[in-house]
Amino acid sequence: MSLNRILVPVKRVIDYAVKVRVTGGKIDTNVKHSMNPFDEIAVEQAVRMREGKQVKEVIAMTVGPTKSLETLRTALAMGADRAIHVETPEGTEILPLQVAKLIRAVAEKEKPEVVILGKQAIDDDSSQTGQMLAGLLGWSQATFANKIAVAGDKLTVDREVDGGLETISTKLPTIITTDLRLNEPRYATLPNIMKAKKKKVDKFTPADLKVDIKGSIETIKIEEPAKRSGGKKVASVDELIDKLKNEAKVL
Amino acid sequence: MPASPHQPPAALRAQVKDLYKQLLYMGREYPNGGIDYFKPKLKAAFLKKRTMSDPAEIEAALKQGDYIKKELEALWFLRKYRHVKQNYYDPKD
Repeated sequence: MSLNRILVPVKRVIDYAVKVRVTGGKIDTNVKHSMNPFDEIAVEQAVRMREGKQVKEVIAMTVGPTKSLETLRTALAMGADRAIHVETPEGTEILPLQVAKLIRAVAEKEKPEVVILGKQAIDDDSSQTGQMLAGLLGWSQATFANKIAVAGDKLTVDREVDGGLETISTKLPTIITTDLRLNEPRYATLPNIMKAKKKKVDKFTPADLKVDIKGSIETIKIEEPAKRSGGKKVASVDELIDKLKNEAKVL
Repeated sequence: MPASPHQPPAALRAQVKDLYKQLLYMGREYPNGGIDYFKPKLKAAFLKKRTMSDPAEIEAALKQGDYIKKELEALWFLRKYRHVKQNYYDPKD
């Protein structure tokens, strides 16, 4: 049996190689962005299933500002068939619950049998969207997937748990979140990025999907972690003991 | 720049330009300073071979270019994989 549709929500995040800086109480976002690495794994998984004729169509989607289109293009270049862009105002952070509600609205429209997401985004590290989405839709979920196999009208998923793997069988429709070792994502080459520009991208606003994107969590303060102060050299044992007693106060 | 006296066949010329563009694109992911570091090196490497006119020789150079493309892809993947692994997983496993 082959599935009709897989939906792959992806997130545009600050590139993993960039050092995140806080200026004036705000995160400097004027830096290189790329697709969340865990979402790349999700796209790769969906595309491999399409190539293996286990699914007919792969739809990528993202929630984010205009610039997120670039991330969708990467997903399309990797092999997704079409994309959905839920456009939100630049500079507003959308919290996992609101993202999950937006994905639910898209899922109700597109009716995918499987939604594959990254287990977490490397910017806010929430690891909530997939689980919340499963809750909202009332679908089964297989989180932290290490291996996915289609078995009739069920999926067999190996999950990464503490100290090993857990194999579960889930009924469709289902939500899967990917772990690092699921696969090795392919590189979105320049020719494929160019071809991806011809693929269809539908745009929606949260209002079109009747979702209020206002979150219930307020960010009070953003700070960089405390700087590590440098070490000191001591000339003698006496000095060391003195410093331990009087400066470090550990003796 | 004036046209080089050693113009390679048009088809190969297009392939060489294509290779350059693709490598330049991949250079954005290069460690050690990204495109600012990569671009001058890439340009120098291509300029060094600009007098090549023997089609067989050019084909061989194109093959080498393809090989470098694969190397860069592997570099792109491994670097990210290691970074995520270091940051999100127990170093023991």
